[in-house]
Parts: sequence; structure tokens; C-alpha cells
Amino acid sequence: MSTVNPAVIARGALGSATTEAPWVRYMLVALALTFLAAFLLLPLVSVFTEALRNGLGTYVEALTDADALAAIKLTLIASAIAVPANLVFGVAAAWAITKFEFRGKTFLTTLIDLPFSVSPVVAGLVYVLMFGASGWARPLLDTTNIQIIFAVPGIVLATIFVTFPFVARELIPLMQEQGTDDEQAALSLGANGWQTFWHVTLPNVRWALLYGVLLCNARAMGEFGAVSVVSGHIRGKTNTMPLHVEILYNEYNFAAAFAVASLLAGLALLTLGLKSLLETRYGSELARRQKH
Amino acid sequence: MEISLSNINKQFGSFRALHNVDLTIKSGELIALLGPSGSGKTTLLRIIAGLEHADTGAVSFGGVDMADTPLRERQIGFVFQHYALFKHMTVRDNVSFGLSVRPRKKRPTNPEIRRRANELLELVQLVGLGDRYPHQLSGGQRQRVALARALAIEPRVLLLDEPFGALDAKVRKELRQWLRELHYKTGVTTIFVTHDQEEALELADRVVIMSQGAIAQAGTVDQVYEHPASPLVFDFLGNTNIIPATLAGGGLQVGGEIVARLADTTLTDGPVDIYVRPGDLRATSRHQAEGLMVQIRNVHRTGPVVRVIAGVVDADLDLTVELPHLHHDVTQFQVGVNLRLRLLLFSVFPRVQAATQSVARVKAPVLIGRERARA
Repeated sequence: MSTVNPAVIARGALGSATTEAPWVRYMLVALALTFLAAFLLLPLVSVFTEALRNGLGTYVEALTDADALAAIKLTLIASAIAVPANLVFGVAAAWAITKFEFRGKTFLTTLIDLPFSVSPVVAGLVYVLMFGASGWARPLLDTTNIQIIFAVPGIVLATIFVTFPFVARELIPLMQEQGTDDEQAALSLGANGWQTFWHVTLPNVRWALLYGVLLCNARAMGEFGAVSVVSGHIRGKTNTMPLHVEILYNEYNFAAAFAVASLLAGLALLTLGLKSLLETRYGSELARRQKH
Repeated sequence: MEISLSNINKQFGSFRALHNVDLTIKSGELIALLGPSGSGKTTLLRIIAGLEHADTGAVSFGGVDMADTPLRERQIGFVFQHYALFKHMTVRDNVSFGLSVRPRKKRPTNPEIRRRANELLELVQLVGLGDRYPHQLSGGQRQRVALARALAIEPRVLLLDEPFGALDAKVRKELRQWLRELHYKTGVTTIFVTHDQEEALELADRVVIMSQGAIAQAGTVDQVYEHPASPLVFDFLGNTNIIPATLAGGGLQVGGEIVARLADTTLTDGPVDIYVRPGDLRATSRHQAEGLMVQIRNVHRTGPVVRVIAGVVDADLDLTVELPHLHHDVTQFQVGVNLRLRLLLFSVFPRVQAATQSVARVKAPVLIGRERARA
């Protein structure tokens, strides 16, 4: 009776082959949670507590201030232009790269990633060099009387540049995985190019597209570096929300700075919420595993 | 619709996918393109469809050259190996897709489209599943939806790319039967690609065996199976025993004994290879004049078939013999017993170094295009 099946011992003590002892598991989880709390949750909570430190009155006042409202409006305008533009560009680029063979395809793929690898400040500087006071496109701008740098168009351009990869990057792997069978099937059934795109390609990537747009929007509203370079920080005119936060902060107006920051943080939370909702509901499609 | 291909050539980079392919497919025929990976069969099918374009050569449907007719105007039904169903559409919407994307003038009314879709669902035995989505169906059902969708546009030709390749063995057999009946009912000219010789032989009126971008042999099932044109074709159509022999005055000799005689032959005397299938070897009386003396080395019972490994006496050569499990010869095949084998059906090919290469020994196939993507 003293012989015990070794397999039973192993199962009893360790659960399954890939599981560690309980104390190791608890320690790892605790470590991860402490880290998350210290570096993510705590700052987030402090944004909201700082914002409300002087009461709800100050909070509302900070947000309804004329300059704050102008900053919010500008941020909304910039993303309202940048996001749809990148939606169209991103879908077009992903479609071209995944469904067609052409010369220079690898180059185009690399180019799409450029905004990720270039520092946003450099991106902003590029526009200053192009359209600034001594920029090479200056004569053209002078004759047409268009202001780009230190004006809304520059902010929109910088935002588009920085957020360009989000939609395309989200779509390319999925569309590569899906291949061209569905499109070829649609064509063989007599559909034209537009019908194929609208009825077959687009529905196949809709959730990934929405996901890409969400990420793109979050970044468009939160972008600081590139926009900061081209904006000129003119209060009430060329300040976006992140820039407005910085100005208020530098003026030691902490309550107001955190109030505007809390709006941005709220937006980030909303994006995160929508993102996880999409992931739980359409996770299989987003994970690029869906096949038939 | 009669389809004719003349002098088709196709090159992918440095790989020659198709080389001078000529083929005519009669109206209403059910034809199989059979060959190993990289033999060019799928490329040929895709060229007929208009999914690929030949470098040279012409494809014509009913005598009309198709060079300037793009895929969407060829009116072909193409069925993909992985079905390519539109997964966000219901089964009925999938089937009616081809009708509902027609230009307004040629498009049937909505009730008419619905009626036609239901008719097709009945044809493919999926009545009642019209409102389901593809992911709610089994593999066999999905493939039938794909067929119904292809048939909805009343195709001039039905092209199937390894249609049963992704299905399990039992479903595959059922669908073969079913496709044969469907072809009988609709009479649409049908071409399908397969690497499964059993599938090709069971289903097709005519089999086109392809190898290294060229047609190795085209003919009816009996023609290719009983009179293979080359060792390669013989080898590809089933398991093969190869027995080196010497041909002298119409007699085939192995180790000085006459194994069999050739009634009339155009072959010249000299070294030859006898190709014989495991199922075409039977025991015969030891006193029979012709036959091959063997010693039984091993007997496997594999359900319906008894597989015997027999070593040729005086030669370093093992043969495989297959018998139905209830065959009266089975009792004679006991390990260690010597007996004489008779060759019921065989082919003889002159022994040329290159010609004796079997498919199994051909260097690793070169995968191209979509096959490479799948691998």
C-alpha cells in the first residue's frame, strides 16, 4: 500500500505541467498589480483628484473658460479632419499592399511605418522647414495667402502625419491573412471592383477598421510633440487640449491644468473601454484567426 | 461549352509552371486535372478562369478567344478549396450574390432572386439552412453552398480547385457521389483539380495527368489506368511494384526464369522494368511455367485488405501484394512459405535511367504562388 502512483503526486502538487507553485503565482500577480497601480492607476486617480481639489466650481470654470473651449474645439476639429483622412488613406494603402502586386511595395510598407519611427518633434519640424518663414514652399504660400505654420492647417497636417499608421497597420496583417480568395470569388460571380470592395472586402475587415479608427482618434486628440512645434501656442487660436494643459501647468494653475487633463484622460478611458468591448465581442476577428 | 487550350506557357520567375499545354474539353464533360504539387494543374485551372494569364497561348470558350475577356465577364463558376464564402452574409445571400450584383437592367427582381436561391439550396440539399451564416455550417455544407453560389450565375463552365481537399475522408466520399449526380443533372462542363488519384478516377469522365508543367497523359479512366503512357503516370495512379527484368524474344525474364510473355510488343530486347500493382499479383501453382518465385516475409491484415510483403527468390527485391480479405488465396500466404506469383496486369517500360524515376523519387516539388502561400 505504500507505493503511490508518481503521476498522481505530480498532479496533486503542481496541477498541470505548465503551472508553478502557488507562492510563485501569487508573487508574480502581486508584483504585476503593484507595478500597474503605482505607474498607471495612481497617476490616473491623481489627475482626477487634483482636478477636483478646489471643488466642482473651479473644475467647471476651468473647462468653460474661453481659451479652454477654444482648445477643445480645435482638438475636435483636428481629429475630425485627421481621422477620416487617415481612414481613407489607411484603407487605400492596406488594400493596395495586400491585394495587388506592384513594384515598390516593400518601400510603401516601410513608408507607412515612418511616423512610428520618427520622433513627433522631427515630424513637426519637417512642416516648419517646408512651410515656415524660410521654408521652400513659402513663395507659393505667399502668393495664395495661405497660412500653414502657427495656424490650424499645420496642426491638422502634423496630426495626420503622426496618426497615419494606425488604420493601415491594423488592416494590413488581417487582410494579408484573408488573402484574395473572397475577392476573386466575388469577381468570378460578376461583381465589379467597387461592389467587391464594398460588399466583400470592407465587411471582412470592419471590426479591425473600427479598432484602428479608435486608436487613431485617441492619438489624434492626445498628440503633443508634432503639434507643439507647428502650433505657436497662441491662446484661443492654435492651442489644442494637450498644449493648453501644458500652458496652464507652466502658469502654476494646477487645478485648471488637471481639469483639462481629466477630459483627455476620460477620453482615453472611453477609448480603452470601447476597445476592450470590441475585443471581447469580436476578438476572434481582431486576432486574425477567422477563416473560412 | 467546349473549351480549348492551345500552346499555353506560363513562367513564374525562373520556374516554368506550364509548358506547351494543349487540351480540348468537350461540352458537358467532367474532367479531372490530376498531378502532384507544383505540376501546374492549379495554374492551368486559374488560367482557364482568368485568374491568371498565360504568357503565350490561347484559351477559347466555344471557339471564342477569351484573351480580352476578364474574369468577371467569363461567366465561370469557380469553387475554391477553402470555399471563400462571404462570412458576413447568410447562406441565401451568398448564393444570390451573383444575381444581386448584376447591373440594374439585367438583375432579376428581389422575389425572383430569392426564388432562384431557394431552388439552388434545394439542389444542393440545404433547404432550411438559408438563414444561417457560414460559420454555423460543417465543411461539407459550406462546400455545397460554394457550389450553389457558383451555379447561381448559370456558368458556362464550372471550375473546382481541390474542392474536397479540406474535408475529412468520409465527407469527401459522400460529396464525390453527390457531385457526380449534380453533374448528371445540370450537365455543366466541369473541370476539377485534385492530387488524389482515387478521387480523379472515381469522379471524372476523363483524366488529365500533369507533371512538371506538361500533360503526361490525357484519357478516359480505363485508358490511363490500364494503359499508362509512362512509368510516371503508372506510378502516380496508385501503389507500384517495379521489377527489373530482361526482355528476350517476347519473354520477360527475372533471374533466368520467364515471368510472363508479351503477346506483341514494339519494345526491343534488353533491360526493362515491369510495373505491376499490388492488387494485380496472385498466387499460382508452383508447377505453372510462368511466374515469379517469392518467399513470404510478412502478412498485415488491414481490415478489407490483406497486405503481403514477398521477397523475390534470388534477388534483393521486396514486392507488395494486396488481396481482398476474403479471397481464397489468403490462406496460402503464410510467413516463410515459398510460392509462385502470377502477374494479372502489368506494364513494361524500357529501362532508361531517367524513365525509371518514380514520382516518389522526384526531387522536392517546387511550390508556386498560392500553393506556396498555403504551405
